[in-house]
Amino acid sequence: MLQGWIQIIVFAAVLFAIVPLLGGYMARVFSYEARRPQTWKAYAGSVIAFSAMSWLLLYAILRTQTLHPFNPNGFHSGTWDLSFNTASSFVTNTNWQYYGGETTLSNFSQMAGLAVQNFLSAGVGIVVVIALIRGIAGRPLGNFFEDLTRVVLRVLLPISFVGALVLASQGVVQSLSLPVASQEIIKVLGTNGGGFFNVNSAMPFENANGLTNFLEMLAMLAIPASLTFTFGRMVGNRRQGWTIFGAMFVLFAISVTVVYLAESDVTPAQHAAGIVGANLEGKEVRFGTAGSSLWTAITTATSTGAVNSAFESLTGIGGLVPMVNLAYGESVFGGVGTGLYTILLYALLAVFIGGLMVGRTPEYLGKKIEAREVKLVVLGLLFTPLAILVATSLATSLKYGGPSVFASGPQGFSESLYAYMSQANNNGSAFAGYTGYFQPEPGNLGAHGITFADLLGGMTMMLARFIPIIFTLAVAGVMVTKRVAPAGLGTMRTDTPTFAGLLIGVVVLIGALTFFPALLLGPVVQGMTDRLF
Amino acid sequence: MKRNLITSALAVIVFTVLLGLVYPLVITGISQVAFGKNADGNPDLIAKDTKGNPRLFQPRPSQSDYNAKGPSSPNRGPNQAGARFFYRDQLAAYIKLNGPYNPGLTNAEVPADAVTTSGSGVDPHISVDNARIQARRVAQVRGIPLARVNQLVDDNTDGRFLGLLGEPGVNTTKLNEALGR
Repeated sequence: MLQGWIQIIVFAAVLFAIVPLLGGYMARVFSYEARRPQTWKAYAGSVIAFSAMSWLLLYAILRTQTLHPFNPNGFHSGTWDLSFNTASSFVTNTNWQYYGGETTLSNFSQMAGLAVQNFLSAGVGIVVVIALIRGIAGRPLGNFFEDLTRVVLRVLLPISFVGALVLASQGVVQSLSLPVASQEIIKVLGTNGGGFFNVNSAMPFENANGLTNFLEMLAMLAIPASLTFTFGRMVGNRRQGWTIFGAMFVLFAISVTVVYLAESDVTPAQHAAGIVGANLEGKEVRFGTAGSSLWTAITTATSTGAVNSAFESLTGIGGLVPMVNLAYGESVFGGVGTGLYTILLYALLAVFIGGLMVGRTPEYLGKKIEAREVKLVVLGLLFTPLAILVATSLATSLKYGGPSVFASGPQGFSESLYAYMSQANNNGSAFAGYTGYFQPEPGNLGAHGITFADLLGGMTMMLARFIPIIFTLAVAGVMVTKRVAPAGLGTMRTDTPTFAGLLIGVVVLIGALTFFPALLLGPVVQGMTDRLF
Repeated sequence: MKRNLITSALAVIVFTVLLGLVYPLVITGISQVAFGKNADGNPDLIAKDTKGNPRLFQPRPSQSDYNAKGPSSPNRGPNQAGARFFYRDQLAAYIKLNGPYNPGLTNAEVPADAVTTSGSGVDPHISVDNARIQARRVAQVRGIPLARVNQLVDDNTDGRFLGLLGEPGVNTTKLNEALGR
């Protein structure tokens, strides 16, 4: 146990060291004059147009596998409903996997389809938050295509290049028949999560040993954590960035602690059979309980969704933590870019609530927060929870949801709830019992999708990705026009531990409490009882 | 908007060529030259089905029959009624196999990794405690000194990286190969 805590503390220390380095570097990458600056509407239009083109190309690739080069097993093309879900999944940085990587996809689909979107959807998330930061800082929002090219060529590609080679040197496979390492690194760096193999990063060929596990965890947090520093630099006050980082880190540290403690004991089923020790079901010996628990917290706090252990085998409370992380709306570090813009929306809301409590005009970085922005912020923040609750209700109340569910009792409900929380938050991790695809044998022959789950999930992913992006860019568009008022005695400071505390309170209140009743029905029931179902 | 769409389409195509073909192929080329066996998929990293052969160290139970590439069925839930019977059977099988060489072996002494399925289905590692229990069986069945078997166990234990990262585990694939030599 002590050894496990030491590993977790070392990890945190390395993360703290990386944040100013990578964060400062990204601030320099994005500090330039755009040749063709865009308004927020034009920026949003480019995001949508680019994502639509990405979607079309990916869908076309998935549907034409029989024509591909690099298809050593001669796999057939995906069904229309499954391909709809998969294309939506990768363009939205979700990487929800109804398909089985190595049993349905040609290497061409993996490399030229999925891995490309791992880069591009990550890039889109990052540039959206950069536009918001510029808006808050009162600078022109920039140009989507110029920003995207910069983030891909100067941030994502160089780190992936080095990272892929390090992973390959440790035993992560990289050959023409299995190009895994090149995809593995961007899968974690871009908080994507879609693995080459069905079992994702539990597979030794994706995650070979303690070192690769450490590096992959670090890669997941590197950009989301460092962007807080980028934010501080770009608005000219580093303390603002560290305050956001602090609020995120506190919630993150709590979730790591809870999972680790919960997984250090056996499950009710294991206890009933007479097993003593820790819950090793679905975990790999080489990572151990600490390496699996830390990963579990990271992959759900960031919107990665890659797994190195089986989530459906977590203890009840251990499985509650990923759900609570999803309920925060991926604002605790979150996805690359998406996490920071979500928590910045929360920060604007916290400023507004704080202003109401002390009876002052709410201000953030010298800019007055008024009715119009607050409306946009609330719409941006509440859309995702709404999508989750509506989709889960449909899936659990209509008969079409039934074929997707594997387990019975509260676990079956947890599977459904988790599926839509994960897809709406563009995370992609799963309680693996939930399925949208039946495949009698490898290669798509005779396979069929569960149309209802595929379409509902695909729509949920797309709406919950792009609608908040549009509101975020709208906020950026409003903020950029506001004049900065000098801070006075009456200004509520937003770079103090007090504000970090207020921010945590708002995230927990809005994020977690929205789902409180739903969480009671699933993981809490399982965590509180020794009954088997 | 039309201009947006044209720029987008061009950008998607250029990025696809760069990120989807050039990048992975360059990485493949370098890895193949520099890392040889590791880049092709080192078979030592994958558990082999020993089919309960008492002369060999048993890897952890697998939910995919040790098939590295096949579709795997889900692992067991924490409150799943069927899971209790699965674990009970696993415990009984482990004690039946190793009990004769470890007198008085009880459920509480069976390491948890020996009776739970791994995440990948092909986890080659077992805990050191698990290996020590199996070592007594392997030594007696093969008629070689226990000290010799324990030495091989030590030789095939993958430690933590820099003594810090990950958990130590005994690689059954390498260990069984070493036993055969």
